[in-house]
Amino acid sequence: MANDEVILLDFWPSMFGMRLRIALAEKEIKYEYKDEDLRNKSPLLLQMNPIHKKIPVLIHNGKPICESIIGVEYIDEVWKDKAPFLPSDPYERAQARFWADYVDKKLFDSGRKLWTTKGEEQEAAKKDFIECLKVLEGALGEKPYFGGDNFGFVDIALIGFYSWFHSYETYGNFSTEAECPKFVAWAKRCMQRDSVAKSLPDQHKVLDFVKTLRHKFGIE
Amino acid sequence: MARNDLKILGAWPSPYVMRTRIALNIKSLAYDFLEEQFGTKSELLLKSNPIYKKIPVLIHDGKPICESLIIVQYIDENWTNFGHSILPSHPYDRAIARFWASYIDDKWFPALRGVAATQEENAKKAATETVIEGLVLLEDVFKNCSKGKKFFGGDKIGYLDIALGCFLGWLKVNEKLNNVNLLDESKTPGLYKWAEDFCGDSVVKDVMPETDKLAQAAKVIWAKIRAQASS
Repeated sequence: MANDEVILLDFWPSMFGMRLRIALAEKEIKYEYKDEDLRNKSPLLLQMNPIHKKIPVLIHNGKPICESIIGVEYIDEVWKDKAPFLPSDPYERAQARFWADYVDKKLFDSGRKLWTTKGEEQEAAKKDFIECLKVLEGALGEKPYFGGDNFGFVDIALIGFYSWFHSYETYGNFSTEAECPKFVAWAKRCMQRDSVAKSLPDQHKVLDFVKTLRHKFGIE
Repeated sequence: MARNDLKILGAWPSPYVMRTRIALNIKSLAYDFLEEQFGTKSELLLKSNPIYKKIPVLIHDGKPICESLIIVQYIDENWTNFGHSILPSHPYDRAIARFWASYIDDKWFPALRGVAATQEENAKKAATETVIEGLVLLEDVFKNCSKGKKFFGGDKIGYLDIALGCFLGWLKVNEKLNNVNLLDESKTPGLYKWAEDFCGDSVVKDVMPETDKLAQAAKVIWAKIRAQASS
């Protein structure tokens, strides 16, 4: 596939964009990374994702694929000869899709509330968030990765959130290590992979970004 | 070949449940339909779907699969050589089908629910407009995907047909009970014809509830939703 043109429209702190960065790195696909200014979205972004106008957008030979989980599956299906993300058994595939969907439905919103709310609302968000992590720990079980012995679909869907944990912990006032040690062990294991280490921003850089956002939104 | 042990935990008015039944029909697979009663959740449901406690759940050889679109993909992948393929074969077409199915679930159906959920005139009008705008968008998608054939999937019903078509019963009920025209032949002629073809297809006919029966069930369900919204 030497003549493939792959572009990723992204925003460096986005845990959704990180999924595609990791997926592309796992398959060793060369691509052009374009960081978007979300206050001033590029004509390319608006043209490639007119419905949602959001990042990330994967552009393969001029054709856009929107929504990060859909993009990860697309990458897995097109570059199928290397490092498969989904297992081959249909039931295991259904389980992987279920857990990736669970991450989408639950983690982002409760995580966001941890740094945008205060008082009772924040306490409720913290409870929710930790509960989600515990559910995910349950799904992981004793396996090294959600995919079993191999790093895969659910790991890719979830690990990007880890770059936000320092921020979640700072504002939510809790320690993930104390509440969910298995989760942290899994995250650190993933961070040892090149594809992950190179795709996730530094936690402190994310915290600085969150501080700027809180200031902008007038949250103090 | 041994008979498959297939059960669906569901309810006849649910469009999400309908998706799974259409998929099984496409593959000519027999199953036991275990009807959940509205307002209560069976032990089996709570055990099979502890995370969301929702229908549909497909139970295959005792193993549960949850979330309607995930179930449809499972059926397609587990019985690849049965009936016809539900997902398109080309990865880009698959991505497009998944994208629009996601749009339908995340944006379009909530707007349709919004038409019923309010009694207030302006809110109802706004929700109706959103639904129609969505259908105009989907008309374009239909043109691109069907390429002149009957369905989004081409000659046969596919993933996106299932994702959207399951809501046609509720769409008709909304039109009837709220006296609005949502699927308009002049605005969206392609979808208008598609809706007829979809509802008349052999894999859909027996699982699409009659509009009158659904309208009666709707009144009960909407009353409960409105009560929840105002409490």
